[in-house]
Amino acid sequence: MTAPQPPQQPAFAQAPQPGQPGMPPQQQWTGPAAPYVYVSPIPVRKANLGDALRSEWTKIRSVRSTLWTLGVMLVLILGIGLLAAGVVSGTDTELDSDASPLGLGFFGVLLSTICVMTLGVLTISSEFGTGLIRTTLTACPDRARVLTAKAIVFFLLTFVLTLVATTLVAMFDSAMLADQWDGEFTGAAYFKATVGVSLFIATLGLVALAVGALLRHSAGAITVMLGVVLLPLVVAMFMFGESLEKVRKALFEYSIPNQLAVFYGTDASEAASGPTGWEPLWIVLVVAALALGGAYTSLVKRDA
Amino acid sequence: MIELQGLTKRYGDKLAVDGLTCTVRPGIVTGFLGPNGAGKSTTMRMMLDLDNPTAGTVLIDGKHYRQLRDPLRAVGALLDAKAMHGGRSAYNHLLCLAQSNGIPDSRVREVLDTVGLTSVARKRSKGFSLGMGQRLGIAGALLGDPRILMFDEPVNGLDPEGIHWIRNLMKNLAAQGRTVFVSSHLMSEMALTADHLVVIGQGRLLADTSMADFIARNSRSYVRLRSPEHERLLDVLAGAGVTPVTTVDGTLEVDGTDAARLGELAARHQIVLHELSPQQASLEEAFMQLTAGSVEYHAHSSPGPDPAPGRPVPAAGQGPGDPPPGAGWGADRRKKGS
Ligand SMILES: Nc1ncnc2c1ncn2[C@@H]1O[C@H](COP(=O)(O)OP(=O)(O)O)[C@@H](O)[C@H]1O
Ligand SMILES: [Mg+2]
Repeated sequence: MTAPQPPQQPAFAQAPQPGQPGMPPQQQWTGPAAPYVYVSPIPVRKANLGDALRSEWTKIRSVRSTLWTLGVMLVLILGIGLLAAGVVSGTDTELDSDASPLGLGFFGVLLSTICVMTLGVLTISSEFGTGLIRTTLTACPDRARVLTAKAIVFFLLTFVLTLVATTLVAMFDSAMLADQWDGEFTGAAYFKATVGVSLFIATLGLVALAVGALLRHSAGAITVMLGVVLLPLVVAMFMFGESLEKVRKALFEYSIPNQLAVFYGTDASEAASGPTGWEPLWIVLVVAALALGGAYTSLVKRDA
Repeated sequence: MIELQGLTKRYGDKLAVDGLTCTVRPGIVTGFLGPNGAGKSTTMRMMLDLDNPTAGTVLIDGKHYRQLRDPLRAVGALLDAKAMHGGRSAYNHLLCLAQSNGIPDSRVREVLDTVGLTSVARKRSKGFSLGMGQRLGIAGALLGDPRILMFDEPVNGLDPEGIHWIRNLMKNLAAQGRTVFVSSHLMSEMALTADHLVVIGQGRLLADTSMADFIARNSRSYVRLRSPEHERLLDVLAGAGVTPVTTVDGTLEVDGTDAARLGELAARHQIVLHELSPQQASLEEAFMQLTAGSVEYHAHSSPGPDPAPGRPVPAAGQGPGDPPPGAGWGADRRKKGS
């Protein structure tokens, strides 16, 4: 690294006042410091959201946690979805007409939410953990743009992968179990079990990302998200007494697992109340919007 | 050019930065000196719009940081060598930074080359030594070929070779007409690199002076004279063409004359001397004196100032002959400007 410098430097002899320590030549301290201001030869272009998206895509694809979380997510959705269908088809039981084979994809997707939420949290909290956020915000002082780019990249990535996995599971399961089920596969049911589920999962991931931005702490944010998914069910299970019956039911029906089940038409709730059709998606979208709103405010206002 | 105007930051009831006003000019290395906890890092974070000032403003070439169209082209900063995701390779770390500002990918390879990390570009930065991390951080700062560079304690944890490299890098960057702002808590380090000094202690501005001035004022060697025959001694000295400075406690300080000559002079006139001692103030001492009232973390038994490791005999042997760091990217292009 060091340029080989002969002990007798010829250049040194020409330097003005070599014996004068620390005295840069011709320094004018009262006037402007230098007659020249550096100008870079590369053309300057205003950075935009596209640049931020490209940057965030590089970030998310270049760390192993992405590979791990999404890899495990795929394994869970595909593995459990196909395994369940395989087991059922091996037993030649007849499926109820209101229990579509598509519903067998449910458990894999439910478990995979853990992976998606973890990745959502890490997408932003890891930057706070390492201090990289300061470098990121120095490069892009528009904090809203940074968060938007992260949210878009994360959402699209998880949506596409979940869509691929759920579609494969839906195709295989319905093919394997077609002659053990006397119901009819409708396009709407297919659409809900693939696109609907994937939108729901990716949006749930956005909630996690927002929580990560709000808490700035990976473990804390992941714990909060697990609580969001599990706690309503657990609390509902231990809620006894007539007076609490309504609360118990609401907690159960609006818990994440139950809302996910709505997309498969295998409504696990005992009554016909609670969310139906596409309602879970609207609900999680509203929650995500609120959480992201909070995340924007926090990111813009607080010190990085 | 960076202008700080009344910059203030309060954490709870602690004033970390207290009404800092100064200007950092292009073409020179400006040293930002202060003991640990003086508020240097906080100031730099506010300059980059990472932390909101409690009061005051920072203008970068007349604009707020947030208004910069081209942040990485305008300002390159190294705040913390560890501020990167350890699982990401050096190349990808720089690539995502470059992409966020629309800087061509080819520039990533150039800066990796400049800092000497090409051979480990694909390695994850987790395994990097502190020095390598520091170099990667500097590569990030150079990425946009910026007009302004800021380094927060860049020599911390570096080996002598790395320190030497950074010093030359900063000088060369400044010589190209860039604004270079570098913080340190070591006077000896600043004496070797900086042309201008901004000294703070407990968030307050203590000095804003050229390095040359600071050295001239603080590292002078002089002879201290004390005599019961004060007036006579003054006359004798005046007769010999020596102009002493009388200090508050009545001793005389004489510059530019050696002790032997003064002793002989006094002897010839039979003046009793109570003290005749050559003095050399080190820069480190001067700095410690300056910040004495404002050191955040005092050690309790102070065995006197350490003999400064690199005694401030700066500049000699520095600089000439080292390759310009930004070479290859129009490093020498300059434009006449303000
Ligand atoms: N985020 C923070 N919250 C509370 N106090 C802080 C924070 N950052 C810095 N400080 C305090 O502000 C003072 C200045 O710190 P800093 O800027 O890091 O000093 P330096 O970089 O000069 O060593 C210190 O007393 C430090 O404890
Ligand atoms: Mg610091």
